[in-house]
Amino acid sequence: MANDVLTYDDEVILEEQGFDDHFHEHEHGDHFKSNFVNHYVFSMDHKIIARQFLITGMVWALIGAGMSIIFRLQLGFPEESLTWIKPLLGKWIAVDATTGIGTLMPEFYYALVTMHGTIIVFFVLTAGLSGTFSNLLIPLQLGARDMASPFLNMLSYWFFFLASVIMFYSLFLSTGPFSGGWTAYPPLSALPQASTGSGTGMTLWLMSLTFFVVSVLLGGINYITTVLNLRTKGMSLWRMPLTIWAFFVTAILGLLSFPVLVSGFFMLICDRMLGTSFFLSEIFIEGAALPNVGGSPILYQHLFWFLGHPEVYIIILPAMGIVSEVLSVHARKPIFGYKAMVFSILAIGFLSFIVWAHHMFMSGVNPFISNFFVVFTLIIAVPSAVKVFNWITTLYKGNIRLNTPMLFAIGFVSMFISGGLTGIFLGNSAIDIQMHDTYFVVAHFHIVMGVAAFFGMFAGIYHWFPKMYARFMNETLGKIHFWITMIGAYAVFWPMHYLGIAGVPRRYYSFNTFNSFDDFTALNQFITIAAIVVFAAQVLFVINFFYSIWKGKKMTTKNPWKATTLEWTTPIHTGHGNWEGNLPVVHRWAYDYGKDGIDYVPQHIPLTEEEKAQEGSH
Amino acid sequence: MEISIKNRINPQLFGLWTALASITMMFGALTSAYIVRQAAGNWLEFRMPDLFIVSTVVILLSSVTLQVAYNGYKNQKEGLYKGGLVLSFILGLAFLILQYNAWMMLFNMGVDMKINPSGSFLYVITGVHAGHILGGITALIVALLHAFTLPFEYSDKRKNRFQLVLHYWHFVDLLWVYLFVFLLMTR
Ligand code: HEM
Ligand SMILES: [Cu+2]
Repeated sequence: MANDVLTYDDEVILEEQGFDDHFHEHEHGDHFKSNFVNHYVFSMDHKIIARQFLITGMVWALIGAGMSIIFRLQLGFPEESLTWIKPLLGKWIAVDATTGIGTLMPEFYYALVTMHGTIIVFFVLTAGLSGTFSNLLIPLQLGARDMASPFLNMLSYWFFFLASVIMFYSLFLSTGPFSGGWTAYPPLSALPQASTGSGTGMTLWLMSLTFFVVSVLLGGINYITTVLNLRTKGMSLWRMPLTIWAFFVTAILGLLSFPVLVSGFFMLICDRMLGTSFFLSEIFIEGAALPNVGGSPILYQHLFWFLGHPEVYIIILPAMGIVSEVLSVHARKPIFGYKAMVFSILAIGFLSFIVWAHHMFMSGVNPFISNFFVVFTLIIAVPSAVKVFNWITTLYKGNIRLNTPMLFAIGFVSMFISGGLTGIFLGNSAIDIQMHDTYFVVAHFHIVMGVAAFFGMFAGIYHWFPKMYARFMNETLGKIHFWITMIGAYAVFWPMHYLGIAGVPRRYYSFNTFNSFDDFTALNQFITIAAIVVFAAQVLFVINFFYSIWKGKKMTTKNPWKATTLEWTTPIHTGHGNWEGNLPVVHRWAYDYGKDGIDYVPQHIPLTEEEKAQEGSH
Repeated sequence: MEISIKNRINPQLFGLWTALASITMMFGALTSAYIVRQAAGNWLEFRMPDLFIVSTVVILLSSVTLQVAYNGYKNQKEGLYKGGLVLSFILGLAFLILQYNAWMMLFNMGVDMKINPSGSFLYVITGVHAGHILGGITALIVALLHAFTLPFEYSDKRKNRFQLVLHYWHFVDLLWVYLFVFLLMTR
């Protein structure tokens, strides 16, 4: 093959080499498309469901990030009047009758922090990220017509939607939404009388998250089953793109860890409604002793973090998969150490189940047992470092296209390194005594999880936008979005490490009673301003996104990035069933970039004679 | 390299098994929490009602009858198919009624939901399990409807559907045996 053969005639290849699964004879292809409601609302097409997850996630992201701006205003400028925001927040802004100065009510500050965490962790970075890209890419990259069960897949989205509606409704309760932190530790979560948000707010929180778990489980069952059963001819596990490996392990983690959280929820519900004492003991409220004895709040922490730690990997693994793919495509190089990448995904997945107590070093866990958790926690750094090394090596001497998806993928690697390093600090229980529940932890997880996962998501959106909408997003706006977010996010979170080292505790409404923290007033103002700038850049992204859906540059070829994976062999406007005629047959792994001087060879291109000879000689 | 697309196993059955893994984790969490909490002391000791032994026998029997029904369907024996299914349904209901009576016995012994976590755990664990039996009974009802409304003829599709019910039912049955033995051993 000559050097200049860079486009492949898919029509012909699929016709001649493809695999006929008698799709059209079965007639389960397009009959869903009958009307608007079936097509766009109760759709069973995985590509539409992916867009539903994405757009719902974006709405939640704006709400969640907007909340953070409000509480950042309180932290950066506690003296300024917030009266201007009263039309939005109503009674949660108390206006002083004489001075006219409006202040955020402390109760609502806590509600905002709690909702911010819940929304971003579960609704945006779990549903919005894994829901979107698992749905979009698993069938497309595996050469499947759809998920194993399109119906359960549709239900998965609608359970998420139901969870969303309930949580959204809880924001408008007169007593406010739940306000005891996204981890919902008892007793604040177990006693309706414990705080304003602990009553109806917490009841709705529990309902919402239970439906959310149902959604995750339905989705996960489908993803796993599809990956294991519906791969096209020739797509062996070891030929799957890393995206699929990541989504696959993510689904397994979700399936095994979320039910544990549900057990905790059952017990919490019993404590709230039936008077049991799973998590409650010897509590006094307003001077009166409660009858509950014998419970243990630490038990809840175990159950929560047994989910909670895998959950952070449920968030980051899909981002890692996306980044691996985007880096390789836009560096025009095979991913470095493909098998090592797969094994580190598996190792991270496994280890994530045996480190949960590193969130509880300061909860009164036996220090002897803590030592085991320290060791396992630090071992996670090994597969993480393998991945980082392989990403950087993939970039090394690549023909890098510095477009927006690539920038975000590189930004991800940077964020993951910065945040991973602080994880190693925290993983040592002796250091954690000082750092626990300070802004150091806030800095750690926002950089390594919050920002990094968002970057992975952005890389994925800019990269696969043409597959979703047959148009491109605007590159100039994309680059502006990237640079402001990259610099801005570091400006927001880097200084928090210093606050944390100095002992500034997280989840405090105000620091004006601590003279020792007076020095940080200017730093806190700086962080708040940076956060506002970053937020503005996200608005720019949203504008770019919706503008491009209708007005973006049109996609004229099937495979604009010259990528090797199967999703780019489908028609530009991909219908339900994905391929019009035959299914592609896979002959090679997903990373034949720059092999033997040829820019790229897609997975469905048969081996040449030389390649066959080479394979045989191994 | 293998070039085959023959479905390795029925995807729906595979999906069911992944769901069962998830349910297993849930009960794993409940029973681990039980052990952790018990080790902390202040744990009320009481005797498990003997009725639970009866319900164990009943649920085990129902698995046998359902297997008979399934084999009957596969071998085109209509009587075994329908009879086994009806029996399994009755035994399933009987199991729930026995569980309810066992709870009542406990309650009358003074072990209520609130008295001590040891009682609370027992109610929650057996209660959540009963919920899963209820799900199985719903599936049995669907299977019964198929059996008595559709003409009796063998098809792979119907066999596969029946197999889903069968596997789920065996699972909740074994789950009960595990829970019962667990609760006995950790007295
Ligand atoms: C090198 C690997 C990592 C290590 C050793 C590590 C270690 C830790 C430790 C010990 C804590 C507890 C700190 C405390 O509360 O005192 C912590 C908190 C946290 N980490 Fe990591 N971490 C690592 C990577 C990650 C990754 C990859 C994510 C997410 C993608 C993540 C997300 C979080 C979150 C969300 C919290 C805080 C939860 C909360 O208290 O609200 N970490 N980390
Ligand atoms: Cu963790």
